Amino acid sequence: MTDWLDHLLILPILLPLAVAAVLIPINERDRTLKGAIGFASTLVVFILSMILMRLAAAGTGSLPGSGVYQLGNWPAPFGIVLVLDRLSALMLCLTSGLALAAQAYSMARWHTAGHHFHSLFQLLVAGLNGAFLTGDLFNLFVFFEMMLAASYGLLLHGSGPLRVKAGLHYIAVNLAASALFLIGVSLIYGAAGTLNMADLATKLAALEPRSRTLVEMGSAILGVAFLVKAGMWPLSFWLPTAYAAATPPVAGVFAVLTKVGIYVIIRLHLLVFGTAAGASSGFGQEWLVTGGMLTIAFGGIGVLASQAMGRLAGYSVLVSSGTLLAAVGLGHDGMLAGALFYLVSSTLTIGAFFLLIELVERGRDAGADVLAVTMEAYGDFDEDEEEEEVGAAIPGTMAVLGLCFCLCALLLAGLPPLSGFIAKFALISGLFDMPAAELATAMSAADWTYVTLLILSGLAAMIAMNRIGIRTFWASIEGTIPRVVVIEITPVVVLLGACIFLSLQAGPAMRYMQATADDLLAPLTHSERVLSAPRAGSQ
Amino acid sequence: MELILSAGIGTLTASGVYLLLRPRTYQVIIGLSLLSFAVNLFIFGMGRLRVNAPPILDPGGVGDLARYTDPVPQALVLTAIVIGFAMTALFLVVLLASRGFTGTDHVDGREQRGD
Repeated sequence: MTDWLDHLLILPILLPLAVAAVLIPINERDRTLKGAIGFASTLVVFILSMILMRLAAAGTGSLPGSGVYQLGNWPAPFGIVLVLDRLSALMLCLTSGLALAAQAYSMARWHTAGHHFHSLFQLLVAGLNGAFLTGDLFNLFVFFEMMLAASYGLLLHGSGPLRVKAGLHYIAVNLAASALFLIGVSLIYGAAGTLNMADLATKLAALEPRSRTLVEMGSAILGVAFLVKAGMWPLSFWLPTAYAAATPPVAGVFAVLTKVGIYVIIRLHLLVFGTAAGASSGFGQEWLVTGGMLTIAFGGIGVLASQAMGRLAGYSVLVSSGTLLAAVGLGHDGMLAGALFYLVSSTLTIGAFFLLIELVERGRDAGADVLAVTMEAYGDFDEDEEEEEVGAAIPGTMAVLGLCFCLCALLLAGLPPLSGFIAKFALISGLFDMPAAELATAMSAADWTYVTLLILSGLAAMIAMNRIGIRTFWASIEGTIPRVVVIEITPVVVLLGACIFLSLQAGPAMRYMQATADDLLAPLTHSERVLSAPRAGSQ
Repeated sequence: MELILSAGIGTLTASGVYLLLRPRTYQVIIGLSLLSFAVNLFIFGMGRLRVNAPPILDPGGVGDLARYTDPVPQALVLTAIVIGFAMTALFLVVLLASRGFTGTDHVDGREQRGD
């Protein structure tokens, strides 16, 4: 009777995969049809993710097969399993929501810039969903490659020398990272004899020291591969260029690609190297903290130095990555819920910002931003010619764009009253969450540095957004008004609306995040659930 | 046997990394290929080196660890080879596109002085 419910878990992967294949033979001239099918597919995936998230929120007991889907009906350590818990359900929702917005946006004009845009987009969604759902390390590699292959195609969408050059670097870096991924996975298999994450978590503590060192080495190499994707500082120089070169809907959905790296690090770090790992517990934390903080600093400087909005957004991605990596690395249990809230909020914000940038910049000279910053350095030289426009009403388009830009600035900088502020507040309050008497002794130098950097990065974002905002909206040099159609501005408004909704519903949202964090901090319960899941039809 | 394999993997990796860091796109792609060969051998080696031990059970035979080798790394290496091959092909296309756009095979799309 409820058999179909059992298969709900694999649908977010299978559906986009099938739709991608169906879309390929349809003639490129029927773009609207392709777009409509693709959009419908993503919409179904989004609804499915919402259902899965509701089920996961109600507790894992209410999930079909307690949230474990055994492919080929093989039980956990032998077969590949898909695992649904609160964290993966949250990531599924975030991905499909962002994908939905980007896809709607692309249908205005960007999907005409090249071939097979919607197929690639569906493959990207399938790869992302697979990476979030899988409970097996090698299967994770396969989904990663699927997602990356689609992302190469999407980055090159629209072609042109700039995109091809950025794509060349992006592909080379990611291929090298994939090699590291494979080395790490095989080292772990060679030493621990398992590829199932849950199984690995239970086996690690019992391994002999020699093998455990090998597993740690493997995890470190694996970690480097994920950190390349997440954009941790010395591994991140490809990121701003690639993201700025991508077409806007692609860049919008790429905002979640870095979060895949972070998701895997959160997952593996807490599951495999959590409290149950014995001597390996907390392995690599200091690297995450140092790297994360350097990333915040680098990203912050980059944000200040950016002359074009695309690069500014790219560096904001780095700031967000760094904030999350360091938060995970600091290892305070209270911060985890805040970090997850920050993940959702910052991904939505950056996605919306990438979509907004092109609308604002449309119809402007390519060099306008460069000129704006240079003018600031050398002083204004057009002070006497701007008087004519005083008193003229701001046209509707500019008002909407300006308002969206303001919201983006507030969210990126983390100012009240929006979710960016709540996220940062939750992070910092999680850090300070201890009796006042212990505060002076229990806080390490790293903790204080982190708080300082978090606040300074907000300041940097505020300054940069102010500067660009003033130059674009108040003191625009050309004064041309971009022509924006409804289907383009709606996704931006919806994404920002989601952030506002997140701010209004911060209580329930934080409760969900806290429950997610509690799940993550009990790795053995998770392993137990995965390994003891019943086979279908065995009751 | 172990020594030969590890020396082989080491040489391939070292050459791969060296070529990866060179400024010509063709060198980069050969470097990536060498690197993926090394990684494939490495995955294979992680199943431990055994001679005359098949990874598949004889029909009707009894599973005996002493007579069979671990099949998982072999399955993994097949997947890795296929994916690596596809990615190399994709990279070649991008390389040619870049050559077409910029007229040079430098990875940055323009010649640097002193190269």
